[in-house]
Amino acid sequence: MTIHQREIGPPLLSVQGLTKHYGQRIGCADVSFDLFPGEVLGVVGESGSGKSTLLSCLAGHLRPDLGRYTYDGRDVLAMTETDRRRLGRTDWAYVHQNPRDGLRMGVSAGGNVGERLMAVGARHYGRIRGQALDWLGRVEIAADRIDDRPSAFSGGMQQRLQIARNLVTGPRLVFMDEPTGGLDVSVQARLLDLLRGLVRDLGLSVIIVTHDLAVVRLLADRLMVMKSGRVVEQGLTDQVLDDPQHAYSQLLVSSVLQV
Amino acid sequence: MIHIENLGKSFTLHNQGGITIPVMLGAALTVAPGECVGLTGASGAGKSTLMRMVYGNYLSSSGSLFVGDLDVARALPRQIIRLRRETLGYVSQFLRVVPRVPTLDVVAEPLLALGTPRDQAHARAESLLTRLNIPLRLWSLSPTTFSGGEQQRVNIARGFAHDYPALLLDEPTASLDAANREVVLSLITEAKARGAAILGIFHDTGARSQVCDRLVDVTAFTPRVTA
Repeated sequence: MTIHQREIGPPLLSVQGLTKHYGQRIGCADVSFDLFPGEVLGVVGESGSGKSTLLSCLAGHLRPDLGRYTYDGRDVLAMTETDRRRLGRTDWAYVHQNPRDGLRMGVSAGGNVGERLMAVGARHYGRIRGQALDWLGRVEIAADRIDDRPSAFSGGMQQRLQIARNLVTGPRLVFMDEPTGGLDVSVQARLLDLLRGLVRDLGLSVIIVTHDLAVVRLLADRLMVMKSGRVVEQGLTDQVLDDPQHAYSQLLVSSVLQV
Repeated sequence: MIHIENLGKSFTLHNQGGITIPVMLGAALTVAPGECVGLTGASGAGKSTLMRMVYGNYLSSSGSLFVGDLDVARALPRQIIRLRRETLGYVSQFLRVVPRVPTLDVVAEPLLALGTPRDQAHARAESLLTRLNIPLRLWSLSPTTFSGGEQQRVNIARGFAHDYPALLLDEPTASLDAANREVVLSLITEAKARGAAILGIFHDTGARSQVCDRLVDVTAFTPRVTA
């Protein structure tokens, strides 16, 4: 028996029939997928396709109307609010498109990272500062900026700081909403490289929502295409991009301007 | 190692009147460990399409396509991801990498993805880049700015970093000078010697006769157009 036939183990995340309505309007409908440890799943689609609604439902920011959803074998929707919040602080992380939504702008860079550690019980100041410094280094922020506030940082630095703040507690699942949106292309490339390295070295599972097909090609193992709240196609990223099966995926891929 | 039977492929263009174009019918071939099989046929006959199907990049419409004991035509995405990481390498004609990543890391990446320690992965990458005559001063730069021939050699180094049991080579010697062409041919010969099953497209007939044990003309798999 070859290695690839060995079972990979149970999925980290298993979603079945997830549905969210806004009144009469469909947010997302009947979304089902499994995510395995170390996998990066890209979710693409035009604005209003339901990809952000899906991410919010998964991250616990919105409550879905229907469907089942387990994380590490536990039924997330049946959890108490306290348990779900604890999961959000420890095992999960959420990287916002706008770093201002994920950072505390009035607190120093070191404080932003350290705060997450204190939220999970760290109390030793020296150790917290040491870990914050280590993480600032990993996201390529110079150690002498540790006491500066993020408002004094560039957009790319703010985004990297947000990533450090999110990953310092060692999450296993990271939600990302357009993490490279709003950044100029050279900063995007650096951030993509950083994310790829972190995913590989830490074995993170990631769900990344974006409308940038180039980003998912380089970052995601698998791809899900959404339209009008529904998943119209999913598969291996390069297969969906190079041999799309659904009419909408074909339109999406053929609409990308070649550089 | 690679076993293809009755493989078919068609493209349906939903946005161009829903037209369906059959491009392959009844494709069959086998590549044993240690063997190199060359695909031949005119441009547009379906050589690259077949290679892409083997890699799981294009979906198969019918038939079976085994690499080892995984049927790629029916496999789940995560099984293909694993197959690509451990078993099946692919040297395409184009280099697709994250901009700004140093060449050394680009070449070492397949090994790092397998959990090889960084120093070992880098040592392997260094020895391949040296063999393929990529000057040391370029190793710390991103290959996106390199010339076509240099990019191809980086791609080859990356494809040979891990000793894949099966390898797909799409014109690996196309834009290389004589010296580098020899290096690539010896890499292929060595891979065969260690038991790799290789499926390749070689327009370079000299290279083809030097490394291929057999040739398969894909024209036989092209559906006849009924007028």
